[in-house]
Amino acid sequence: MADAVVTDTRTRTEPGFFRRNKLAIAPWIFLIPALIFFAIYVVIPIFESLWLSLYQWNGLYDAEGNSTAVWVGFENYARLWGDPNFWTSLRNNIAWLVLYMLAVPAGLFIALFLNQTVTGMRFYKSMFFFPFVISQVVVGLIFGWFYNPDFGVVGTVWKAIFCEETTNILGNTTFRCERPVPDILSSEQWATYGIIAAGLWPQIAYCMILYLTGLNNVAADQIEAARLDGAKGWKMLWYVVVPQLKPATFIAVVVTVIGALRSFDMIAIMTQGGPFGSTNVLSHYMFEVAISEYGERYGYGSSIATVLFGIMLIFISYFLWRMYQDEKGGR
Amino acid sequence: MFLNLKTAVAAIALSAVAGTAFARDLVINFDDLNPGPKKGFEDAVEKFKAENPDINVIVNINDREAHKTAIRNFLTADAPDVTSWYPGNRMAPFVDAGLFQPVDDVWEENGFNEDLAAIKATMSRDGKIWGVPYSYYQWGIYYRKDIFDLLELEEPQTWDELLAACGKMKENGVTPFTIGTKFLWTAAGVFDYINLRTNGYDVHNALTAGEIKYTDPRIVATFENWETLINECGFVDNHASMSWQDAIAPFANGDAAMYVMGNFSVDGYKNAGLTEDQIDFMPFPTINADVPPAEEAPADAFFIPTNAKNVEDAKKWLAFVARPDVQTEWNKTIGQLPINSKADISDDKFIQEGFALLNGATGLAQFYDRDAPAAMAKAGMEGFQEFMLDPSKKMDILQRLDEVQAEVY
Repeated sequence: MADAVVTDTRTRTEPGFFRRNKLAIAPWIFLIPALIFFAIYVVIPIFESLWLSLYQWNGLYDAEGNSTAVWVGFENYARLWGDPNFWTSLRNNIAWLVLYMLAVPAGLFIALFLNQTVTGMRFYKSMFFFPFVISQVVVGLIFGWFYNPDFGVVGTVWKAIFCEETTNILGNTTFRCERPVPDILSSEQWATYGIIAAGLWPQIAYCMILYLTGLNNVAADQIEAARLDGAKGWKMLWYVVVPQLKPATFIAVVVTVIGALRSFDMIAIMTQGGPFGSTNVLSHYMFEVAISEYGERYGYGSSIATVLFGIMLIFISYFLWRMYQDEKGGR
Repeated sequence: MFLNLKTAVAAIALSAVAGTAFARDLVINFDDLNPGPKKGFEDAVEKFKAENPDINVIVNINDREAHKTAIRNFLTADAPDVTSWYPGNRMAPFVDAGLFQPVDDVWEENGFNEDLAAIKATMSRDGKIWGVPYSYYQWGIYYRKDIFDLLELEEPQTWDELLAACGKMKENGVTPFTIGTKFLWTAAGVFDYINLRTNGYDVHNALTAGEIKYTDPRIVATFENWETLINECGFVDNHASMSWQDAIAPFANGDAAMYVMGNFSVDGYKNAGLTEDQIDFMPFPTINADVPPAEEAPADAFFIPTNAKNVEDAKKWLAFVARPDVQTEWNKTIGQLPINSKADISDDKFIQEGFALLNGATGLAQFYDRDAPAAMAKAGMEGFQEFMLDPSKKMDILQRLDEVQAEVY
C-alpha cells in the first residue's frame, strides 16, 4: 500500500510527456499503421495522378531511368472536352447511376415478399441472395452467354419463334430467319442497357439483404398501432414501414451509387467498351486509354481519372456530411 | 536458424556475382507459352548452348499478353540481354525512348541485308536496324474447298471473279465470308487487304504513318470497295459479338465459305473438325492490276535492350536465330515461315502456298495495329467495326478518324 502511494507521487511530481498525453496519443498510435497504408495506396496516388494529368507520357523510362513525360499543362483536359468517346462514357456513367437506382425499390419489394414465415423460406432467401455471392466477372460471363445470338437463351428463343431449321449446302443443320436475331451486346443503342440489366441482378440482391435485416428491426407495436388506426397496403408501407427503414435505405443508396460508378468489371468482361466505344464508362475508358494494349497515354488517362474522382467526390462528400449530421443528432 | 538463412542468402548472392564474372550469362526473355512456339524456342536455345558451351543461357518465358506489360518495366529496371518483340510501329516507342540498341553491325557481318532483305524496311527506324526477325506468317483467304467444288467455283483471281463467286454462293444459301470483330483486329485484316489491293504498299505505309488523311480519295476508294464487298458478298450476322475463334463455327458448319485470316488459324479449323482436303488457301484477289502485290506478314523478332549486360553474346544469339538452318528447324516446329530466303520450308500445304505468296510480294505490311500508333490503331479499328455494322456511316467515320489522326501524330 505504501509502495503504491510512493509510485503515485513520483508520477505526479515528474510526469513524462507520453503519460501526460496518453489519452490523446493512444488513438493515433493505433491509427498509424492504417494511416501509413492509406497514405501510400490512396492519398499519395491521388496527388500523383492529379500531377500526371498535366503531362503527356507513354509510361516509359529511358535507359537511365528518367521519365519520358512531357509537361503539357491543361492540354489533356482541353482534349477531353473535344473527345466524343469521353462524352459517350460520361453519358453512360449517368445512365448507370440512374438505372442502377432501380435496385433500391426492387430490393425492397423482394425483401418484403421474402419477409414471411413459410417453410423453406431460408432456402428461397439464399437463392435470391445468390447472385451477390458470385463474382461480378461470373455474372458478366453468364449474361454474355445469355444474350448471345447464336447459342444464348435470347438466340434460342428467337430462333424458335422467327426462324426455321433447314439444311445448308453441305447438309448440316442451320437456321433461316425472317428477322435477324437481336445482338444486344453489339448494338450501339442497347448494349449499355444490357450490361446494366446484368449489373442489377447482383445489386438487387445486395439491397434486398440490407432491407431484410432492416425489416427485422421494424417495431411490431407501431405496425399494430397503425393497423388499429386502419392503415394497410401502400399507406402502411409508405408511412409506417419505409420511414423505419431509413438507415437501410441510406446504406442501400450509398452502395448502389458506388456500385454504379465502379461498374468496370462487367463492361470489361461483356463488351470491352465496344461496339466501337459505345458502352464505355469513365473508369473503363481510363483503363483503355492508359494501360490497355492500345493505350499507353498515361497523362490523358490520369485526366479522365481526375474527372471521375471529381464526380465521386461530390457523392462521397454528401454521404460523409449526412453521416456526420446523423452522428451529431444521435448524441 | 535466422543466421543460417542469412549466410545462405549471402552465399547465393556471392555465387551469383561470381557466376556473371566467369560463365557469361545470357538472359533471354521470350513471349509465348503455347506448346508449339515454346518448343521451337527451347529447341533453338539447346542448339545454341551446344554450339556455345561457354555461355550460360538463362531463359524467361512469359505469356504473350503479360510480356506486353512486363517489357515496359524490365527494359528500364532489369533489362535482359535479348528480348522478343515486334517490328513496325510496335517497336517505335522503345526505339524513341532509347531502350533498344541498333544492330546494323549484326546485319552487315552476317549478310542479312541480302538474306532478310524483304523485312529490312520493317525492322528499320531513323535509318538504323533495331532487331533480327526469326519467323513470320502469311495472311490471305482460307476457304472451304468442298463448298467451292460443289458450286464448281475456281479460286477467284480478280475482284470481279470474287464478286461473281459470292453471287453464286448467296444463291445457294452460303454466306460468303465469316469474321468475328468483337476484338476489332480481324476487321483491320480485311481493311488492310482491300487497301493493299486498291492502293498498294506505299499508301498503306503513308496512311499508318499519318502522312495521308482518311478522307483522302484513295482511302475513300478502299472503303467503297469494302462497301461493295459487304453488299455483294457479305459477312456473317452478329460478327460484332464473336471472337475470331467463335467465327470458325459457321465456317466449320458450312454456313460460310471464306475467312480472311492469318495462317495461325489453320489449327483452329482442324480443331473444329475440318480436314486438310476441306480447307484451302488463296491470296486475296487483285483489285487494281496496276498495283504491285504486297501482303500482310506480321513478323516476330529479337531485340537487344540498351541496358543489356552481355551485348557481345546477345549479338551472337541474334546472328544465330536468323541463320538458315536455325530458321528452317524453328519454323517447322511452330508451323510458320522462315524469313531467311536461304531457309527451307516444311511440306505443309499452307506453308508452301504462303512461302510462294510472300516470295512474290513487293512489300510486307505488318498489320494495321502494328504499323499505326496505338491510339490511332484503336480508333481506326473501332471505326472499321462500326463501318462493317453500318456502311452508310462511311464519311462520318472517316472524318472522325481524321480528327484522331490530327491529334495522334
